[in-house]
Amino acid sequence: MATALSLTHLGSLMRGVRSVDEVGAEQRAAELAKRSIKKASKLWALDLAIRCMDLTTLEGSDTPGKVTALCAKGIRPKPGDATIPSVAAICVYPARVPDAATHLKGSTVKVASVATAFPSGQSFTSIKVTETEDAVKAGAHEIDMVIDRGAFLSGDYQHVYDEIVAIKEACGNAHLKVILETGELGTYDAVRRASILAMAAGADFIKTSTGKVQPAATLPVSLVMMEAIRDFVRETGRPVGFKAAGGIRTSKQAIAYLVLLYETLGSDWMTPDLFRLGASTLLNDVLMQIEKERTGVYQSPDYFTID
Amino acid sequence: MAITKKQSAALAKQVFEYAPAPESIDHVKIQPRYGLFIGGKMVEPHSKKHFPTINPATEKKLAEVAEADEIDVDRAVKAAGKAFESWSHLAPSQRSRYLFRISRILQERARELAVVETMDGGKPIKESRDVDIPLSAAHFFYYAGWADKLEWAFPNRKPRPLGVAGQVIPWNFPLLMLAWKIAPALAAGNTVVLKPAETTPLSAMLFADICMQAELPPGVVNIVTGAGKTGSLVVSHPGVKKVAFTGSTEVGKLIQKQLAGSGKKLTLELGGKAANIVFGDAPLDQAVEGIVNGIYFNQGHVCCAGSRLLVQESIAEPLMEKLKRRLSTLRLGDPLDKNTDIGAINSRAQLEKIQGLVESGIQEGAELYQPECQLPEKGFWFPPTLFTNVSQSYRIAREEIFGPVLSVLTFRTPAEAVEKANNTPYGLSAGVWTDKGSRILWMAEHLRAGVVWANTFNRFDPTSPFGGYKESGFGREGGIHGLAPYLDLN
Repeated sequence: MATALSLTHLGSLMRGVRSVDEVGAEQRAAELAKRSIKKASKLWALDLAIRCMDLTTLEGSDTPGKVTALCAKGIRPKPGDATIPSVAAICVYPARVPDAATHLKGSTVKVASVATAFPSGQSFTSIKVTETEDAVKAGAHEIDMVIDRGAFLSGDYQHVYDEIVAIKEACGNAHLKVILETGELGTYDAVRRASILAMAAGADFIKTSTGKVQPAATLPVSLVMMEAIRDFVRETGRPVGFKAAGGIRTSKQAIAYLVLLYETLGSDWMTPDLFRLGASTLLNDVLMQIEKERTGVYQSPDYFTID
Repeated sequence: MAITKKQSAALAKQVFEYAPAPESIDHVKIQPRYGLFIGGKMVEPHSKKHFPTINPATEKKLAEVAEADEIDVDRAVKAAGKAFESWSHLAPSQRSRYLFRISRILQERARELAVVETMDGGKPIKESRDVDIPLSAAHFFYYAGWADKLEWAFPNRKPRPLGVAGQVIPWNFPLLMLAWKIAPALAAGNTVVLKPAETTPLSAMLFADICMQAELPPGVVNIVTGAGKTGSLVVSHPGVKKVAFTGSTEVGKLIQKQLAGSGKKLTLELGGKAANIVFGDAPLDQAVEGIVNGIYFNQGHVCCAGSRLLVQESIAEPLMEKLKRRLSTLRLGDPLDKNTDIGAINSRAQLEKIQGLVESGIQEGAELYQPECQLPEKGFWFPPTLFTNVSQSYRIAREEIFGPVLSVLTFRTPAEAVEKANNTPYGLSAGVWTDKGSRILWMAEHLRAGVVWANTFNRFDPTSPFGGYKESGFGREGGIHGLAPYLDLN
């Protein structure tokens, strides 16, 4: 259980967070992306990718029917094949939490809900807190909140910090993932600062993006966040999870994230408790690649259900 | 059935050690025996002698190469001298075309060259694939562009080629060093006799084939293989007008003595004991990558390797912790595996030299750190090694080890960092890690090193001159500067 730090001079502390060299970070991420993952390693990586997946739908057009279909897909990604594991969670808007909770009951799949005026976060703290409480009450096990980037970029770190603390409290027993929306933060220095801030305020996970802003998750940005986690764990001993979200559509990308995770945070992080991939269309590509590895040939997309 | 967290982590560790991913060697044809490349074709050596070249990762013989004697070297220099008459009078744009063609063929045959380089030298395939071969092609491409622009490179001078260049190269970057030597020489209108290192002659033999494929006029490039004796014959031959040597300071000094009074132009690119200097405000995670790349790249067989780490005392502890953790993730093993970070030591002799120096470090009182690391049974291997508690006076802080061995020293102020960094007979390269731009400039001004990298290390580009101060040699290779040693500019 995290304890929020009480800091009076948060601003100056934040400015003291160690910097990131952009060229070096991108070089390292690019190098790791060249790792060659084959055969048994690949099959296991793909299996892990499914177990760590937050299958997501975040559209204005989401209906109970759409969520129901997604839940079924999440529990049993490939009908008739029991060797394919369930995903980690189904991620929906707060209003769709009751639908997801109903359909996931009895399964291992968790209900995750975005909250705090997702995706912009431009609303009143009181509303964000209420929204979080209601989502948890409706059955959400996990809350994906967004930070107030307006406050962060204007240097009001205290506001961002206090808001995360308040939302963490509103979560009760639900797990809190804090979305930094790295695509709006502009520099890796800011990403690192926001990561440390979110973890200090009590985040269980830090997450790259909403998926609504470009660029969303990238390998270098994920590397910078994982390195921040590594330093935070070293200081506090509290393991914090990492979630990459937005733009991850292929098995190859998913594997690249797993390699990054393994080489930066180590094997202890390779579990859904500490790593998630947020994605809406990745699952079928992973299923297709698993089939390819097992049989040696690609199957038609028609053999994979569209949720 | 749900997998527990512990099972998952255990499985992850096992699987993410990565299944073997070896680069295929099916497309590579190594001949059982090679002759000498003289006058545009492969010829049998007059010496009738051959010697084996082995794969240092397996100790298996790859091929036999010829050992050139005095008569062989004389033939090569005469062939080069004859070719010089027409090559130096060829329209410069035509010389460009040949160099561009060689560059293109290097790219086309990149996979084959990378595999041969890795088999013959022991370096990881990811390095030969991503660094050695692309950079070699880039050098030919770059100097191809200069061949018809020499008068623009040296305005108000009359650049004229010198004649036959005798070039002797080392075993750490066989093809790349060949490119560094041959490309500017040919662009300037010279012809060459090149001697590759005796432990890594195969990529040069492939290059001979590429010269034939490019229909380069006979004699413009001649390649004679052999050991130190052959090299000495090349540099001392009276027909050679210019000597370029990359290798040890010891041999460099011998060559300089040998050439004194001969009127031959000389450039030497010799050893180094570079300081990689990390200040308290540096981006630590990237600095760790730079340190690793600085000393463990190519098993530390790099003349500009960052073999001395100077750390500001205030951050020594967290930096060492990060560095040790990072060392534990380095993969040592089959150089042909695409996931290998550290390959084989180039030869038994080099391995013994490294072992001896490491032993001296322990004897003198430095603290040794090596990550848990299984060394293959066959072949020449040395684990990534780190020494702390090192004094300036220890041999490991003064002598070039040319292996994956890092000596860590601390400093308190920028002035002390400069003082310690410069306190070496060498002066090839240095690295500075800090967030403060003005400090980078100040350090670069005060460090006596030919190359100073800021917040990075071991980055090379054909457009950038490379070379040393003091006992690291003289003359520059790369860039416009690299043309000058191959031209008469008076």
